[in-house]
Amino acid sequence: MRITEHPILTFEQKAKLQFVFDGNKVYGYEGDTIASALHAMGVKKLSHSIHLKRPRGFYCAIGNCASCNMIVDEKPNVRTCVTLLKEGMVVKTQLNKGELYD
Amino acid sequence: MINKDLVIIGGGPAGLSAAKLAAESGLSSLIVERDFKLGGQLVKQTHMFFGSEKQYAKTRGIDIAKILVDDVLKYPEMVEVMTDTTVVGLYEDKVITLLHNDEYIKVQSKAIIIATGASEKVLAFPNNDLPGIYGAGAVQTLMNVNGVLPGNDVVMVGSGNIGLIVSYQLIQAGVNVKCVIEASSSIGGYKVHASKLKRLGVDILTSHSVKRANGTEALESIVISKLDNNWDYIEGTEKTIEVDSLCISVGLSPLSSLLSMIGVDMKYVSSLGGLVPYIDSHHETSVKDVYVAGDVCGVEEASSAIVEGYLTGLIVASSLGFKHENYDELYRDFKAQLENLRSGPFGEKTREGLQEIARDHDVK
Ligand SMILES: Cc1cc2nc3c(=O)[nH]c(=O)nc-3n(C[C@H](O)[C@H](O)[C@H](O)COP(=O)(O)OP(=O)(O)OC[C@H]3O[C@@H](n4cnc5c(N)ncnc54)[C@H](O)[C@@H]3O)c2cc1C
Ligand code: FES
Repeated sequence: MRITEHPILTFEQKAKLQFVFDGNKVYGYEGDTIASALHAMGVKKLSHSIHLKRPRGFYCAIGNCASCNMIVDEKPNVRTCVTLLKEGMVVKTQLNKGELYD
Repeated sequence: MINKDLVIIGGGPAGLSAAKLAAESGLSSLIVERDFKLGGQLVKQTHMFFGSEKQYAKTRGIDIAKILVDDVLKYPEMVEVMTDTTVVGLYEDKVITLLHNDEYIKVQSKAIIIATGASEKVLAFPNNDLPGIYGAGAVQTLMNVNGVLPGNDVVMVGSGNIGLIVSYQLIQAGVNVKCVIEASSSIGGYKVHASKLKRLGVDILTSHSVKRANGTEALESIVISKLDNNWDYIEGTEKTIEVDSLCISVGLSPLSSLLSMIGVDMKYVSSLGGLVPYIDSHHETSVKDVYVAGDVCGVEEASSAIVEGYLTGLIVASSLGFKHENYDELYRDFKAQLENLRSGPFGEKTREGLQEIARDHDVK
């Protein structure tokens, strides 16, 4: 859900950015973080706790709590709340601690 | 290894202000910021600030951020900025490890100002980790920076200024704020903020807290309960509220972990938000040439973070041989501004807290 009317702020329509989320082609806008683009689509579950695999979402928005870690372009543990969305990114929900990549 | 005179960790109000005064004094600096933009917590604050003109009262936080950022951009030769860069290591010999674009960069600095701010506290209750439960400041970022709503129906936990302000901003953005709950028997924030909410029909329930959250993949409802004078739940007073979002605003704690890495003498001071460094009147920690400014050395407000930044930038520049031409006058002015900001009943806890971490019987 995006804010359309606001008494103080204006949110002009920005360029659409296409990205892939868990295999599906989806859209966000320029200026979005990965987490905000997913939130706008109603996706709240971003990662899982390591042992009990409990669902985890956005919590701090300052890159401090690791609750929003996802796999972005094959790289695990990306803090999606402080990572800007880019055209063509491939974003996946993370289920484990993350595996080493090249 | 890159060599620098001054590295400032954190590009919020404190870090930016420190860079400005250092530059004015003739000292170059490098600001390292982990977000992709400068401004710290101010970038999401759409409300007008309190305080005096000198700290931009009656100006919206987002506009103060612009002023502070423009102030340092005026010195392109003196102030270097690295955003999207996290300080991940700090060593006693003032070597700093930065993580930028998947690369580690080592910097040797003569002096360091740590201005990493604070993070929001969490509250313990069953299922407090469900998606849909957020820090109030995080929701402010989502709404005011990204233009995205957290959900349709929200309850705010905590009636301090942040809880009250963010509740109002949620309403401005079109979210239904079902109520604000507060564990203490009285409202924590300023009366003006509370009255604004009450006029809009939002109940502020004092002596109440969250007992549990329910939901499988995301938050679906919460159970609140009345508290007795010892903050224990009163049986039989539980009420279930259907919400898809819960905002937690129960205070901030200083992001002081970098200080612990280099063995700075620290103390837990609850009135300052948590673990904070001992400092002298020059904001220097127990490790020589390592200074602190802003929320990291005691959670206060942007106004005091700005003045602490100015003061620290001025002092560090002078200690490295770049004394500002109006040093004495500015020093006195900044000290007086801080004293003024901390005067009165709302500043009492801060004043007491600062006494506890003073390294030289001299308050910061
Ligand atoms: C919702 C809310 C409402 C508020 N309302 C008011 C108000 O009305 N009036 C007022 O005066 N104050 C207000 N405040 C308080 C004010 O925003 C803070 O006191 C102020 O921003 C503190 O400034 P700072 O520079 O110390 O920290 P911050 O603004 O938190 O900046 C610290 C910066 O350091 C960066 N950082 C942290 N760790 C690292 C690292 N390891 N490497 C690199 N960078 C790092 C962070 O990304 C951040 O940008 C409010 C705060 C909140 C959350
Ligand atoms: S939400 Fe906390 S690190 Fe992203």
